[in-house]
Amino acid sequence: MADLKINLAGIESPNPFWLASAPPTNTGYQVMRAFEAGWGGAVWKTLGQPIVNVSSRYGALSYKNNRMMGLNNIELITDRPLDVNIREMKEVKERFPTHALIASMMFETREEWHDCIQRCEDVGVDGFELNFGCPHGMCERGMGSAVGQNPDVAEKITSWVMEKATKPVIVKLTPNITDITQAGLAAQRGGANAVSLINTINSVTNINLDTFAPNPSVDGYSTHGGYCGPAVKPIALNMVSALASHPDFKLPISGIGGVETWRDAAEFILMGSTSVQVCTAVMHYGFRIVTDMIEGLSDYLDSKGMASVNDLVGHTAKRVTDWQNLDLNYKVVAHIDPEKCIGCQLCYIACEDGAHQSIALQSHTRVPKIKEDTCVGCNLCSLVCPVDECIDMRVIDTGRPKLTWPYHEANPHRVGVH
Amino acid sequence: MLETPLHESDPMLPIPDDATLAAQFQKVKPLMTENEAVIEASRCLFCHDAPCIQACPSSIDIPMFIRQIMSRNPKGSAKTIFTQNILGKSCGEVCPTQVLCEGSCVYLDLNEKPIDIGRLQAYATNVAIENNIRFFHKGPATGKKVAVIGSGPAGLACAHELTRLGHEVVVFEASAYAGGLNRYGVAPYKFTNSDADKEVAYVSQIGFRIQTNVRIVATQDDSAPESGKTYMTFSQLEQQFDAIFLGVGLGQSRKPGIPGENLPQVYGAAEFIYQLRQEAQKIAVGRRVVVVGAGNTAIDAAVESSKLGAEVTLVYRRTPEDQSAYDFEVEHAKHAQVRLMYLTSPIQIVGTQNVEGLMCIRNEVKAQANGKSEITPIEGSEFLIPCDMVIFATGQEKQTRFFDALPGVTLDSGKVKVNADFQTSNPKIFAGGDCVNGGKEVVNAVAHGRDAARGIHRMFINTTAN
Repeated sequence: MADLKINLAGIESPNPFWLASAPPTNTGYQVMRAFEAGWGGAVWKTLGQPIVNVSSRYGALSYKNNRMMGLNNIELITDRPLDVNIREMKEVKERFPTHALIASMMFETREEWHDCIQRCEDVGVDGFELNFGCPHGMCERGMGSAVGQNPDVAEKITSWVMEKATKPVIVKLTPNITDITQAGLAAQRGGANAVSLINTINSVTNINLDTFAPNPSVDGYSTHGGYCGPAVKPIALNMVSALASHPDFKLPISGIGGVETWRDAAEFILMGSTSVQVCTAVMHYGFRIVTDMIEGLSDYLDSKGMASVNDLVGHTAKRVTDWQNLDLNYKVVAHIDPEKCIGCQLCYIACEDGAHQSIALQSHTRVPKIKEDTCVGCNLCSLVCPVDECIDMRVIDTGRPKLTWPYHEANPHRVGVH
Repeated sequence: MLETPLHESDPMLPIPDDATLAAQFQKVKPLMTENEAVIEASRCLFCHDAPCIQACPSSIDIPMFIRQIMSRNPKGSAKTIFTQNILGKSCGEVCPTQVLCEGSCVYLDLNEKPIDIGRLQAYATNVAIENNIRFFHKGPATGKKVAVIGSGPAGLACAHELTRLGHEVVVFEASAYAGGLNRYGVAPYKFTNSDADKEVAYVSQIGFRIQTNVRIVATQDDSAPESGKTYMTFSQLEQQFDAIFLGVGLGQSRKPGIPGENLPQVYGAAEFIYQLRQEAQKIAVGRRVVVVGAGNTAIDAAVESSKLGAEVTLVYRRTPEDQSAYDFEVEHAKHAQVRLMYLTSPIQIVGTQNVEGLMCIRNEVKAQANGKSEITPIEGSEFLIPCDMVIFATGQEKQTRFFDALPGVTLDSGKVKVNADFQTSNPKIFAGGDCVNGGKEVVNAVAHGRDAARGIHRMFINTTAN
């Protein structure tokens, strides 16, 4: 059995599965239920100045039979008194001393930050997460993503926190920015111990075609809400890789964005995350999904001969590189297994109408045929095929050595040309 | 308690009450809700050049109509269906989809459940019918008049398409209600009288007339008096119309010609089912019913009898491998507690006033020198199946006597001979459906009727051009 224990910038946790700061961590009751179910850590719903929430608050993107592929929310930070939150955090920490309890915070003034840090440390929290990412409501008051989108401000506020905090500090980054590495480097300059990403993405979920109201609707109106859930995972993975592979960025990462299963978690860890944070999947299915996450990740590590989660961290980060570093002499060609093919011909029409006209129909069978001489190896056919392992992309030995764009003869600015 | 002996002595069962009938004759394929339909539609892969389209005799663009259900556009979906098959509702409910569209679904090769195409089709078309959403209108008048004999699926499809093309159409129907097999032939747990009547009203509102209770006869001599019916001769029609479409289906059930078959409780399956539909299932059946035959009609008659309370035995002279009923229909009969006896032939119906039993003989399979096998009776194996009613489902006669009297119409083993345009040897007379193919599915009849209408239209254009 692999060891799932992690240590993120000094925050120890029995496993890498944390609840993100969000509705599932709104109360002590919920966090205790989560820890009982097996979650390793929880980032408390963001503490801050008093706010009031709207009704309704969530909107979802469904795709065919899959509900909540993406979830949008316009809910703000905690709407419960700070005293109540602090008291419940204390109760949680007393009952679950070895689980990671992280206080998420968002304030305006240096004094407010310092005051809250003190109160949290007094009840034994294991670390802090600075909410520089919330994309709705709070940013209009100069907090949340308004901070995260301005690296200088983010650096400054981080440094205020570092003056006071004795526990590790994580800065949560917003994806609503052109270059995530600028925000990450600002947090590093401000002295943060770690970063977490991504926060939610600016979005409007959909529109009611009968009433023309945008969703989630508050009496017919909406606002740009934060988008999360399975649909955002590829965006999050890209941003994690951008930081993890940046030569100047040295902080550990807590990965967030569409994590629902151990497989998603393993991908974030491979991309350079030490822990992962989950919200939407719990809002969809409840806390007990963690059972499979724990077992699945443990079995996966065993199957790879790895003794701990740390062994998995970051293997893929360096493999996401600039396009110009990719080998232009590497070639794959699609191959259809006629035994597995069910004859739906989706590969044919996808290639014919949507790609490179490199699949032909045959008269004697419904199994299409790859035109290997024109197939560019784009993967599309294998992606639309509904049968597992029916279409595989086979490597063709071109007999040519690795050749990248800077050296390619078609490049007018290639190395060696003046 | 006193009543019991008297009751038991009556060979016929009482007619079940309305609640029992409603429970027994529930739809085997109930209508889907929107939610069910969208979930099922979302499973469809949207195959290119889909095998289900190729398997549909009326060539409905099935992946397209399913996609339209998925996008919550049932109106567009119904239009896609009706464009190819104006009787898409009944086809969705009565087609043996397991052997047609659904039987060719690529999911079967993945050992997955095929898409429930029939019920999806019924869902979308039902939305259009219930909300009376119309897609087709009468074409600009051509001045041509066409008589359609028979208001079954072939006749209705033909009349609808002809009206779209601008021809004036009158449909003649001998029964009290239009609909043909959908009204009087298919099992009521597949398609109800109300379903049939609504469909006829929906289809005919395009603007053709249906004259019910009008029997077209070959000659005046045929007009055996039947109260409430009007009789017209075929030659009268020929004088009044520019073309005639025959959608008359098949004739009476065949009986084997054995002693006792004229006893009152001996029925042909087609007539039994006709009566069942006519009376909306409020008929009395025998306590013990024997159905002879193993085609789909035999299964229907057996299951219907069972639902009316009878103990049912089905006898068939050959083996299970030889039966023409679809496997899923045979399963349906087994679920309805029908006892199946193979290699059994009826030889005599026993009884004086009433049916008391069916004398049968066992058969055996004997291999022949040519590799085929032969069914031969086993001498001395006669036995009696005590019963109160016998239904013969051993095929239907062709209406050869009627056809023989039609000028210039030639037949091929009792079936009306037609060309690719469904034109008979008499250029003014066209035909389609069971009277042409010898008895197939509703969907085959619809395709015939639709294509015959286009054939008639071409004939009019060619005649005018000449």
